[in-house]
Amino acid sequence: MIQSIDYVAIGAPLALALTAGLVLLLDAFLPRRTPGPLGLVTLAGVVVAGGFVAAQALGGGERRTFCTGGGGCSFVVDGFTLVLSGLVLGAGVVVVLLSMTELAERRIPPGEWYFLLLCALTGAVLLPAARDLATLVVALELVSLPVFALTALKRYDGRASEAALKLFLVSVISTAVMLFGVSLLYGLTGTLYLEPLSTALSGAPAPGAVSVAVVLVLAGFAFKVAAVPFHFWAGDVYQGAPVPVAALLSVVSKAAGFAGLILVLTVGLPGQAALWAPLIAVVAALTMTAGNVLALRQRAALRLLAWSSVAQSGYILAPLAVIAGSARDASVVYLVIYAAMNLGAFAVVMAVSRTAARGELDGYRGLAFRRPGAAVALAFFLLCLAGLPPGLAGLFAKVVVFRQIVEGGLGWLAVVMAVNTVIGLYYYIAWTARLFTPAPAGPGRVSAPVSAVLAVGIAVLVTLAFSVAPQLVLSVAG
Amino acid sequence: MSWLPIAMLAVPLVGAAVLLLPGFAGRTPRRYGLAVSGVTLALAVVLAATFDYGHAARMQFETDLSWIPGLALRFHLGVDGVSLPLVVLTALLTFLCFVHLAGRPSRRPRALVFTLLVLETGVIGTFLALDLLLFFVFFEVVLVPMYFVIAVWGGPGRRAAAVKFILYTLLGSAVMLLGLLVVWAQAGTLDMVALAQGHGIARSAQIVAFLAIGVGLAVKAPMWPLHTWLPDAHTEAPTVGSVLLAGVLLKMGTYGFARIAIPILPEGAAALAPWLGAFAVIGIVYGSLACLAQRDLKRMIAYSSVGHMGFVLLGFATLTPVGVNAALFGNVAHGLITGLLFFIAGAVKDRYGTADMARLGGGMLSRLPYIGSLLTFACVASLGLPGLAGFWGEMLALFGAFRPAAELSRPLFLVFMVIGGVGTVLTAAYFLRMLSRVTHGSPAVPEGPPVTSAEEVREVLGGEGPVEPVATGTVVAAVAAPGAPGFGGLGEPPERRDVTAYELAAWVPLVVLILIFGLWPKALLATTTPAVQAILRGVGA
Repeated sequence: MIQSIDYVAIGAPLALALTAGLVLLLDAFLPRRTPGPLGLVTLAGVVVAGGFVAAQALGGGERRTFCTGGGGCSFVVDGFTLVLSGLVLGAGVVVVLLSMTELAERRIPPGEWYFLLLCALTGAVLLPAARDLATLVVALELVSLPVFALTALKRYDGRASEAALKLFLVSVISTAVMLFGVSLLYGLTGTLYLEPLSTALSGAPAPGAVSVAVVLVLAGFAFKVAAVPFHFWAGDVYQGAPVPVAALLSVVSKAAGFAGLILVLTVGLPGQAALWAPLIAVVAALTMTAGNVLALRQRAALRLLAWSSVAQSGYILAPLAVIAGSARDASVVYLVIYAAMNLGAFAVVMAVSRTAARGELDGYRGLAFRRPGAAVALAFFLLCLAGLPPGLAGLFAKVVVFRQIVEGGLGWLAVVMAVNTVIGLYYYIAWTARLFTPAPAGPGRVSAPVSAVLAVGIAVLVTLAFSVAPQLVLSVAG
Repeated sequence: MSWLPIAMLAVPLVGAAVLLLPGFAGRTPRRYGLAVSGVTLALAVVLAATFDYGHAARMQFETDLSWIPGLALRFHLGVDGVSLPLVVLTALLTFLCFVHLAGRPSRRPRALVFTLLVLETGVIGTFLALDLLLFFVFFEVVLVPMYFVIAVWGGPGRRAAAVKFILYTLLGSAVMLLGLLVVWAQAGTLDMVALAQGHGIARSAQIVAFLAIGVGLAVKAPMWPLHTWLPDAHTEAPTVGSVLLAGVLLKMGTYGFARIAIPILPEGAAALAPWLGAFAVIGIVYGSLACLAQRDLKRMIAYSSVGHMGFVLLGFATLTPVGVNAALFGNVAHGLITGLLFFIAGAVKDRYGTADMARLGGGMLSRLPYIGSLLTFACVASLGLPGLAGFWGEMLALFGAFRPAAELSRPLFLVFMVIGGVGTVLTAAYFLRMLSRVTHGSPAVPEGPPVTSAEEVREVLGGEGPVEPVATGTVVAAVAAPGAPGFGGLGEPPERRDVTAYELAAWVPLVVLILIFGLWPKALLATTTPAVQAILRGVGA
C-alpha cells in the first residue's frame, strides 16, 4: 500500500531536516571551515520552516497525514501543533544567533554544531504534531540525542564533558523508563495511537498495570522537563554547556517535553485524570519550591537561570493538575511567554559573558554603567520572570495560571505558587539590583557581537509585544 | 471616554520614558521633574475642578476600553468621591517631592526623577482603576520603583530594608490576587462598578475572598501584625521615599478596602469586621507604645503611621457611613500630616546628620526656630488636636465604633472604642515627649555615646559654633553611607541653616491644607459622603 503524504503538513520538519543535510555537505565542501555562511544557511532553514508554520496558521484548518485505515493518524497539524512549532522555531532563530556568537571563537567545529542543532529543532517541531506513542518517543529522542553531543562539543572544557555525560545518563534512563511505560500501554490496549488509546482505556476499569504505565510515562517526561524529583541534572548541565545549548535546553527541549506530556495526558490518557492530576499537582508544587529554593543560594548566573527555569517548569505544570476546563491552554500560554523571557535572559548573559568574570553574579555589578542597553534588557527579562511590572508578560502569564488553578478549586496549590512567586522575586530582584549598583572598577565599555545584539533585540521586541498585548498569545493558544 | 484620567497616567509615564532618551545623559533634570509633576498636578486640579460634586457617588470621567479580552481585562478608569481626594493628594505630594528635590540635589538625579515618575503613574493608576486586574497591575507597578528608591538612595541599612519591603508587599499582593481571582471565578466579571451593584457570591466564598484580599491590603496599609516591613522601609528611605511611602503608598491598601473589599464583598466584610477592628485597635496601641520606645525620629514617625492607619482601619471595620467617612478623611489627613512630618524629619536629619533624638539634643526652637515650630505644628496636627486635620479622622472613627453597623456586636466595638481612646492619649504622650526632648530645653549637647568619628566631632562642634549659612547642599546619605561613591560634600561640615525657600515651598501647601481640612472638614466630607453611602449599600441589605 502506498501512503499518500501531505507534504505541506510536514513542510516545517522536512525543511529543517533537509537544511541539516545541506549544512553537513557544505561543511565538507566549503574551502575553509568558516562559521559565517553555515550559520546563515541554518538561519535560512529555520526561517523557511517558520514560513511553513505561518502559512499553515494562516490557511487554518487541521491537516492529518500518515494515517492508517481505522487506527488514527501519526501526524496532525492543529492549533496546538502550530503554537508549539512556532515557539520552537522562534526560539531556534535566537539560538542560532547566539550560536554565531559562540562559534565566532572558532574553537568549536561549526558544521557539526549546526547539523546537530537543526536535528534537535527538527525533533522539537515534529513532536507537537506526533499523535502516536512511537513517533512521540522518536521525536523526543531526536531532541535529546543531539543535545548531548552539542554539550560535549566544547571538548577543551572539562565541565562541558561532565555536563554531557550527566545529561546523557539522565536522558537515557528517562527514555528507558518512558519506553517501559509506553510498552505497557501498548500491551494493555494494542494500539499506539493516542486517540484510540484513550477510547480503549476508557471502557475497562483500570487495572493496576495502567497505573504503573501512567506513572512510568509521567516519570519519563518529568526527567525531560527537569521536574522534581528528577531535577538534579539541571544546575551542572546548564553551567557546563555552552550558553546557546543551555538556552536550547531551557526553552526548546523543555517545550518539547511539555508538548509530549500535554499530548499524552490530554489526548491519550484523559480517562486516567483522576490518577495523574493529583500526582501532577504534587510534582508541580515540589518543582516550583525546589527550583526557587535552590536558586536562592546560587552565585553563578547560569546556575541561577537553571534553577529558576526548574521553578518555572513548576508553574507550567500547575494548570495541568486541573482536570476540567482549558488547563492545557494555560500551560501553553505560560510556556510561550516563558520561552520569550527566558531566552532573552540567556541572550543577554551570552552577550555579556565575555566581560563578566566567569559568569558570576557579582560580575554583573554596575552593568548599567558599562552597558546600559544590556542591563536594561536583562532587568526587564528578570522582572518578567519574577512577574512584576514592567515585566507585564510574566505577570499576565502568572495570572492565567493562577486563574486556572483557582477556578479548578486547587486552593492549596495556588497558595504554594503565591509563596513561590515571592521566593522567586528575591533572587531576581537581587540580580536586578546588582545591575544598577555602582561597581568599584569594571572594564570599560565593550561592544557586543552583532548576532548577540540581534538575539537580545528579538527577545526584547517579542517580550514587549507580549507585555503590551498578551492577547497575541491568549488568542492563539485559546 | 474621557481624556483626563488617561492624561494623568500618560503625562508621568511619557515623562519618565523621555528621560531615557540619550539627550538627558549626564544632565540634572531637576526642572524637568518639576515640570512633569507640575503638569500632572495641574491635571489633577482640573479633574477636581470639573468633578460634578452633586453626583459624587457616580463614576465620572470614565474610560472603558478593551485591553486583553482573553483575561477579560478592560482598561476601565474613573473617578468618584472616594478616589478623587487621593488622586489629588498623590499628584500634590509627588509635586512637592520634586520641589524638595529641586532645593536638595541628590545623586543620580536622572534615575531618581525617572523612578519617582513611574511611581506616580502606578499610584494614580491604582486610584483610578475600575477593573480588578487593572487595579492589581497598577498596585504592582509601584513595587519595583519603590524598591529602587529605598535600595539606591536610602540610608545605611537600605539593602535589607528594600528587600524586606518588596518581599513583604509582594506576598501581600500575591495573596490579594488569589482573592481577586476567587471573586472573578464566582462572579464572572472583573468590573468593579458592576461587582459593587451586587452579584450573588455565596457567603462562604465572600469570606474566603475578603480574607485573601484583606490580608493583601492589610500588608500595604499596614495593619498590625503585618506592619514589620514599614519601620525599616520608612527609616531607611530617603526623604522623598518616606514622604511618598507614608503619604500615598499606604493609602493604596486602605483605598482597596473602600473600593473592593467592602462594596464587593459586603457579607465577607460583615463576618470579618470584628477581626479587622480588633487588629486595628491593637495596631493603635502597639504603634503608640512602640513610638514611646523609639530613639530615632524617622522611626518614631514610621511607627506613628501604624497607629494612625489603625484608626483608618477601625473606621472601615465599623461598616457605618460615619466610620468609613472617618477612614477616608483619616487617609487624606494622614497623607498630609505624615508627609509634612517626614519632610521635616528629613530636613532635621540633613542638618544634624542624625535623626537620633538623644543626639539631636534639645532647643531646636531656639536654634532653628522655623523648623522647630513647623515640627511642633506637624506633631500637634498628628496627635489630633481639634482644629487641625488629624482630629477628625480619629474622632469620627471612634464615633463610628460607638455605634457600629447593625449586624456587628456593639459591646465589642465599644471596647474597641475605649482602647482606641487610650491610643489617642498615648499618641499625644509620645509626640509631646518627643517635642519636649527635641524642640524645647537648652541647645547644649547632651551626654551621649562617645564621639568616635571625625564627622561626629564636626557635628558636635557645629552645634556650639555660630550657625553658618552654607549654600551648597550636602546629601545626608553621603555621611551615612561611607564608601558609596558618587557623593560630594563629605568634607564639608553639616549645615545648620534654618528653613530654605525650597523647603518652605514644599511644606507650606501641606500646612495650609492641614489647617483648611481641620477647620472646615466638610470640604472633604461632602465629597466622600455620597460615595460612602454607595459603598455601604450592600452591607446589611
